[in-house]
Amino acid sequence: MTSSTNALDRTNYLNATKGFMSWFWTIDHKRLGLMYLWSVVGCFILGGMFAMKIRLTLSGDVDFASQTAEQMNAYNNAFTVHGAVMIFLVIIPSIPAALGNFVVPMMLGTKDVAFPKLNRFSYHLWLIGAILFVTTLFVGNLDTGWTFYPPYSTGYTDVSVITAVLGAFILGFSSIFTGLNFIVTIHKMRPPQMTWFKMPLFLWAIYATAVIQILATPVIGISLLLILVEKTMQIGIFTPELGGDPVFFQHLFWFYSHPAVYIMILPGMGVMSELFATFSRKPIFGYKSIALSSIAIAIFSFIVWGHHMFVSGQSELMSIIFSALTFSVAVPSAIKVFNWIATMYKGSIAFTTPMLYGLSIIWLFGIGGLTGLFLATLGTDVHFHDTYFVVAHFHYVMVGSALFGFLGGIFYWWPKMYGRMVDNKWSKIACIMSFVGFNMTFMPQFIGGAHGMPRRYAAYGPSAGFDGYNEASTLGAMVLMTGLFLALGTLLWSLKKGKKAPANPWGGVTLEWQTPSPPPEHNFEIDPPVVGDPYDMSLFEWKGEEEGFLPVNPRPDDPCVANVQPS
Amino acid sequence: MIPIALLPFLLQHTQGDFWFPSQASRNASSVDELFYFIFYVSLFAFITIVLATIIFAVRYRRSRVGMNPEDSPHHSTKIEIVWSVIPSMFMVVMFWYGFKDYVAVRTIPANAYEIQVKAKKWDWRFVYPEGVESYGGNVDMNDGGEGLVVPMGRPVSVRLESSDVLHSFYVPDFRVKMDAVPGRYNSAWFEATEPGVYPLYCAEYCGTRHSRMLSQVVVKSEEDFQAWLKSQAVDLASLPPAEAGKQLFQKNGCTACHSLTGTPGVGPALDGKYGTTETLADGSTVTIDDNYIRESLLDPNAKIVANFAPSMPSFAAQLSADEISYLIAFIKSLNE
Repeated sequence: MTSSTNALDRTNYLNATKGFMSWFWTIDHKRLGLMYLWSVVGCFILGGMFAMKIRLTLSGDVDFASQTAEQMNAYNNAFTVHGAVMIFLVIIPSIPAALGNFVVPMMLGTKDVAFPKLNRFSYHLWLIGAILFVTTLFVGNLDTGWTFYPPYSTGYTDVSVITAVLGAFILGFSSIFTGLNFIVTIHKMRPPQMTWFKMPLFLWAIYATAVIQILATPVIGISLLLILVEKTMQIGIFTPELGGDPVFFQHLFWFYSHPAVYIMILPGMGVMSELFATFSRKPIFGYKSIALSSIAIAIFSFIVWGHHMFVSGQSELMSIIFSALTFSVAVPSAIKVFNWIATMYKGSIAFTTPMLYGLSIIWLFGIGGLTGLFLATLGTDVHFHDTYFVVAHFHYVMVGSALFGFLGGIFYWWPKMYGRMVDNKWSKIACIMSFVGFNMTFMPQFIGGAHGMPRRYAAYGPSAGFDGYNEASTLGAMVLMTGLFLALGTLLWSLKKGKKAPANPWGGVTLEWQTPSPPPEHNFEIDPPVVGDPYDMSLFEWKGEEEGFLPVNPRPDDPCVANVQPS
Repeated sequence: MIPIALLPFLLQHTQGDFWFPSQASRNASSVDELFYFIFYVSLFAFITIVLATIIFAVRYRRSRVGMNPEDSPHHSTKIEIVWSVIPSMFMVVMFWYGFKDYVAVRTIPANAYEIQVKAKKWDWRFVYPEGVESYGGNVDMNDGGEGLVVPMGRPVSVRLESSDVLHSFYVPDFRVKMDAVPGRYNSAWFEATEPGVYPLYCAEYCGTRHSRMLSQVVVKSEEDFQAWLKSQAVDLASLPPAEAGKQLFQKNGCTACHSLTGTPGVGPALDGKYGTTETLADGSTVTIDDNYIRESLLDPNAKIVANFAPSMPSFAAQLSADEISYLIAFIKSLNE
């Protein structure tokens, strides 16, 4: 039986035009979103390969005593590539550029973003930056770490820094343009009935993210250019021999890169809010505080960067102020978690694949957030700084929360993107496997780090006593990798074999669910009705014969309903 | 299953506990106490979160409550204030004790015994006020050094300097860490409380052999420390030149890049090289003689043997004319 609110057999955005150029030169935000999605997935596999290289090296592939300089360089290159690819090419564009592009205009009930051509330009810029970046990483043996700290990056390593920095610079512009586009779109293209506080929380999160992208990214752009200028023209900015100050770079770098952490996590939080409302079939608890906490996080994110530098030699007073300010970010983050949990209270909770990712994130972000307290606290951070405790902490936030949020979002909007349902059983097994594998990988790193295991070491001496942690971690990474490939497999399988998806498989009330799956070229055949509360679940009811949800009071011209034929 | 996976680690460290290495400095115990305070508060918060999600997920599962849940409040100012203010109060406590610990760690006592710690790629050198120098010593490195030997029960400050890139002085058993930044001096201090040998790591990434920038701290009783200081005060001029050169070779950390066993590292191996002819990157050749060694110490990038990177710093400021002669004598002696 095919669902009649499915549009795979009708003209939709996927089959309206054909050929390479119809995708490559498209200005359709949905197609651009999908292109970002697959580009990001490709980069994720690349970054993941280097993660496995790191794990295999550390779990005894290479003996401490006999490791050669080439092998150490290969390891240093691997952690640099892993970090740089995962941050600049995977997590930063993941939700905002891939899911955001696909979802934002539809959530607003519009045809496209405010500047569709700028949107296309953003993607092409991203592609150029990505190609430049990846080529450099492969050809040039970049080994500075993703942080590019001088004077190592300016005076002591090869010229691949120059092209890598240029690549990151171009990627930054792509990010700025995307943010600009979303801000204008959200300001100017909301339907008249949708006031700020009637906006879906995903839009609030994307909005807050876009603000950070626009304000912070130029700073990393400038800092990276200064590295370039210093490296090529020997102008003393960061290098002490030339009269510069290496700690100055750390200030500039973290002034962007700490807010960037929230560029990564805020969109994931936005996805979480959608998941918890839809799959509890209940309005989100504390809508306003979730919405405003996104803005609070965006603002606070700019005044905490100095907590990366407690042992760098910055003044004690600065460290103390930054420590106090850092705790301020914890409050809005905690508020969000409590609100998501409260949303479940007296709801009707469906254990779908996206919701399993949502529930995983509550726990993983719980651990990631709470371990942040040890690092915000001055006394304990001095010991934990630059150890695996920090590595584990930020993986819990960036992978366990941001990346799992991306996966949850993919599984949530996949039926809308491709008009197909993903196999329920196998995609849940994949999620649980990733969850278990993730914890097996990073839990041991907390303990190793607390015992003093330093970061970015190509090998640990046999007497250091860190081998057990590393072996457990590598085992976990294998499980995690298997889970992630299985998840990808279920997605690809669904494209051919998946059941056809109805317009609204989950019962979401936000506007993207009020158009057929996959949507027509211009998103909506009729203007979707905006009735106020984006989480008023009573507007849709379950229809078993449709295997999806339909409006309780459909309009006669609603394409999601009008074509319903008795089965 | 996670606790089972962690079991081996419990047995792994004979010293210290599940979370930490041994407490071997006066500040270590207060850092650990603060850690356990945050840990138990976090554990409580985490268990609450986990229980709430499990209980709600089971109690309100769709197969049990049906598709349309009964109405429940979407907002409660009271409860939102409670769950914002209570965590904030705990965080104020965390900040306060963290601040106090930090001030203690960063305030160097006036009577501290100051040792200069010189970091460079990829070794540590320790220069004592008495003129004695020490280096290396990590048990896994087998570099013949003794490491940072310090007296017990007396505050010791380390003045950190770097002659190339960023490094970081890290002794986990002391809970002490501080970056060595080129172009400025940073300081840290500790008071060792237990005699023993503790690993010293470089915690800031510094290039190829970052993972080999290892040393150790040796804590000795005051008496033993004084005896050690005396034994170290060697007059190089009283030794045979090659022997004096050997000591300089080790003290200056030359072994980090130049092996004496034939396998090239970051730099060429030096055994059996004296008198041989090497090809440079531009195809010209050079004979390894006294003048070439001297030039390579003072201006290392002038003539680099093919296939090696220009990564050696100049030793012009560190070595006297006599010391250069000793080193030449030592390298010559490697041919025998």
